[in-house]
Amino acid sequence: MSQSKGRFGIHGGQYIPETLMNAVIELENAYNHYKDDPEFNSELTQLLNEYAGRPSNLYFAEKLTRELGGAKIYLKREDLNHTGSHKINNVLGQALLAKKMGKTRLIAETGAGQHGVATATAAALLGMECVVFMGEEDTKRQALNVYRMKLLGSDVIPVKSGTATLKDAVSEAMREWTSRINDTHYCLGSVMGPHPFPTIVRDFQAVISRESRTQILEKEGRLPDAVIACVGGGSNAIGSFYHYIPDKDVRLIGCEAAGRGIDTFETAATVNTGKIGIFHGMKSYFCQDEYGQIAPVYSISAGLDYPGVGPEHANLHDIGRAEYVPVTDDEAVNAFEYLSRVEGIIPAIESAHAVAYAMKLAPAMDKDKIIIITVSGRGDKDCAAIARYRGEYIYE
Amino acid sequence: MSNIRKAFENGKAFIPFITCGDPDIETTAEIVRAAVQNGADLIELGIPFSDPTAEGPVIQGANIRALSAGITTDKVFELVSEIRKDVKIPLVFMTYANVVFSYGAERFMSKCKETGIDGIILPDLPFEEKEEFTEPAGKYGIDMISLIAPTSADRVSMIAKEAQGFIYIVSSLGVTGMRSEINTNICDIVRVIRENTDIPCAVGFGISKPEQAKAMADISDGAIVGSAIIKIMEKYGKDSPRYVGEYVRMMKEAVSEI
Repeated sequence: MSQSKGRFGIHGGQYIPETLMNAVIELENAYNHYKDDPEFNSELTQLLNEYAGRPSNLYFAEKLTRELGGAKIYLKREDLNHTGSHKINNVLGQALLAKKMGKTRLIAETGAGQHGVATATAAALLGMECVVFMGEEDTKRQALNVYRMKLLGSDVIPVKSGTATLKDAVSEAMREWTSRINDTHYCLGSVMGPHPFPTIVRDFQAVISRESRTQILEKEGRLPDAVIACVGGGSNAIGSFYHYIPDKDVRLIGCEAAGRGIDTFETAATVNTGKIGIFHGMKSYFCQDEYGQIAPVYSISAGLDYPGVGPEHANLHDIGRAEYVPVTDDEAVNAFEYLSRVEGIIPAIESAHAVAYAMKLAPAMDKDKIIIITVSGRGDKDCAAIARYRGEYIYE
Repeated sequence: MSNIRKAFENGKAFIPFITCGDPDIETTAEIVRAAVQNGADLIELGIPFSDPTAEGPVIQGANIRALSAGITTDKVFELVSEIRKDVKIPLVFMTYANVVFSYGAERFMSKCKETGIDGIILPDLPFEEKEEFTEPAGKYGIDMISLIAPTSADRVSMIAKEAQGFIYIVSSLGVTGMRSEINTNICDIVRVIRENTDIPCAVGFGISKPEQAKAMADISDGAIVGSAIIKIMEKYGKDSPRYVGEYVRMMKEAVSEI
């Protein structure tokens, strides 16, 4: 009897069709081979530094700190990466790995379009074919990113099934992968799906906390008191948390999209409102009804509009190592505007969820405390949608 | 011995798949009876799932229609109790892991036994994860049906050795749905299965025409058809039992030809 792999406590595993099993085994073997390969790592570091612009700044937000009047706030500026978000960290790693495996075609799902744009970018750079699946609803919310992907040479397939959002894009990308495996790598964008994806994506995103840990020690001579990041599937959050997990005094706070509130059905706050289930290849928390039917979740943020959460987060919640807090649309939009005004930094609406929680937390903390907020992406893509949220209709 | 084996005692088996609750539960019962009267040897009853990742557009559509019409797992169990009054052939569920998991695997298996379900197919449950379900299933005498795919390669013998009920051979890459051609070398897969187990194996995915069903049944123990039947249900709705019956008769005759 073969044992289940890729567990985080009771979560994780590989709940996928038999058709895909050898593909994920092949991926796991390749990853285990290359992750410690000096040549692979030097190529990846070269790409991250020279092409994506790493390391990203850990910026002391002095004005924000003063305005909020509490803890010192640092921003980990993933929004300054090439393509405008943390997604490029994982994509460059996976695309390079796929290329070493002899794959010539990348497929990906995308919600806000940030992962799709990052994948399209890596495909262009490495000379690979690329197809991105995006919920039809999201192609409307994020029309600019659709154009960017096409400009980069990718096909964008609008997904009409289900709620026509991120979960349906994941389902469709999985369906596509089962029909074409030999030349195709599924470049999954978050720390979710079947093993080994949650581990691979986490390892590639862990660069965020590897850097921020060194940076904060340089600047402050000590570790932060809290690290705050937004959580959809949870890739920027796990990347932001990972190297602090053994440091029990560092609070790790994931901000979930509460949409119109966790007491409404229009929410995507999985840890706060979901229960344990099995979906999209993993056991974890999911928003679902009493019969296990996956709920049609909602958030203003296309990137957090997902009914599940990565299995490692589910376990960090179970063991009490990380906290997961709900942040509503309203709070996120306020934070989006606030950070823009106060610091001159327009965050992605996803990242604004983390900023929103920090706005509540920082004033309640002493001035000698330190918070790091991961600004996972930049907000240019969201401007038209936020304008609409405020009743202003602008052309993109 | 598994009750499922009876499905393979009447020559080559013809196995229709029916999504429960599309268009409504009463029609599903009539469709099942029509299929049985026309020669179905085993029926796969689909419990709808909101996000059926192994299905093509046709069965996805049936899932959505059935859920919109209010089908639930409990209503499916009631349906099974009702049809078991006269339907004697083996019945298996085809659904997704979360439907069973959220119901509670043990409670689900006990309801299967109580209502008369013989086996369960979960397309998102590979060999490595099956223990969590085979354990409670075994307690209630329910077979967990394994799938083998064109990409299974070195995994075929491992899966076959621990298979229960029958083996579902996935004919092609991709999701369920009708295909004009099936190119996989099924014979090689069947040969490896036979070296490892004597439980029957049937081929599904992509089969719609009688000649395809016959070709697949010739090299295995039976043929499974889903999307082509759902198409009939989609077209005729409440009137579909008669048309599904005619289709099943034609397909059973095809697989039975020598």
